[in-house]
Amino acid sequence: MANPIEQFQIKPIIPLEVAGVNVSFTNSAVMMVISVVLVTAFLTLSVRSRALVPGRWQSLAEIFYEFVANMLRDNVGSEGRKYFPFIFTLFMFVLFGNLLGMIPGAFTYTSHVIVTFGMAAVVFVGVTVIGFMRHGTHFLRMFFPEGAPIATAVILIPIEVISYFSRPFSLAVRLFANMTVGHIILKVMGGFVVSLGAFYVIPGVVPFAFLSAVTVLEFGIALLQAYVFTILSCIYLHDAIHMH
Amino acid sequence: MPQFDPAFFAPQLFWLAVTFVTLYILMAKVALPKIGAVLDERQRKIDDNLDKAAQLKAEAEAAVAAYEKALAESRAHAHAVIKETAERLAKHAEERTKELNAKLGEQIKAGEARIAAAKETALGNVRSVAIEVAAATVSRLAGAAPDQGKVEMAVAAALKEQG
Repeated sequence: MANPIEQFQIKPIIPLEVAGVNVSFTNSAVMMVISVVLVTAFLTLSVRSRALVPGRWQSLAEIFYEFVANMLRDNVGSEGRKYFPFIFTLFMFVLFGNLLGMIPGAFTYTSHVIVTFGMAAVVFVGVTVIGFMRHGTHFLRMFFPEGAPIATAVILIPIEVISYFSRPFSLAVRLFANMTVGHIILKVMGGFVVSLGAFYVIPGVVPFAFLSAVTVLEFGIALLQAYVFTILSCIYLHDAIHMH
Repeated sequence: MPQFDPAFFAPQLFWLAVTFVTLYILMAKVALPKIGAVLDERQRKIDDNLDKAAQLKAEAEAAVAAYEKALAESRAHAHAVIKETAERLAKHAEERTKELNAKLGEQIKAGEARIAAAKETALGNVRSVAIEVAAATVSRLAGAAPDQGKVEMAVAAALKEQG
């Protein structure tokens, strides 16, 4: 049986080094570039005809647009408008990373914690900067809400601080863990199908049926985790703009 | 796990930054304005059509109102014309009747006068015939012609007696 961890191996394709830092073009980078090309091609070619009554592809592009736009409006309000391109990019980048990873043999960049953490850190730092720019030092009120009794500060402030600073980690780990575990299960199940099927046909059918079901589930998780990553970013953005 | 090997952190972060920024620029400058424009245009067209529909409906209602007003007016006008005509005809008929009555009265009067004149003439004729007859009778009976004046007086007296 193939090692289920092997699929996460980074393989440099073009070794590069800039100022002593390794910036090699790897299989992970290939998938990121493919995502960018596919997302851009899909969203620009589909609306090229600018049809009043949209066709299949244009409908899909409009659905993505309105889905993210509504998510942002419902969670942040009209002040969130100017962050729409960022939130949309985040959603499409994560979604395509997850979905392209479902192609057998493809590399899933969202299964790498450093990638998810990179995005989560940008969201966290960005949201914190926005919060301080809008509210100044008043933004520190986030950690001790107005109206709470002074005596509770001893407990409340540490809890709020910890929960605030754990945001990027929970955001990053949630996506990374979901993708990693899902792909390990798929690989292990695939291994069972091959080894049991080779041994005798009937026992191979059982893990194959299970593998099929898990594959469907993984597609759902790919969509869901992209949604969760984006909506949590929206909620953090809401906190920064409106406080609690 | 390869995920926790720090050797691969730098290249992944670098390419994440490159691709994410590229995608952000492509989305913000190219794709999203395009889709947004399409959606706005559709919304505008729908609003336009709704406005136009409302306008046409208002126009149709105005036309119906104008039509009903015109109908009511012409009905009133027709009533007036009928009434006026009826009155005019009644008056005319009355005048004609009056005129005819007057004419008939005149004709009757003229007829009566003519009858009276005829009667007079006839009576006159009777007198001269009576005188002649009386004179002839007397001359036959008496064998001599009577005095013309006496006969006339006698006839007149006899006619008066008869009425």
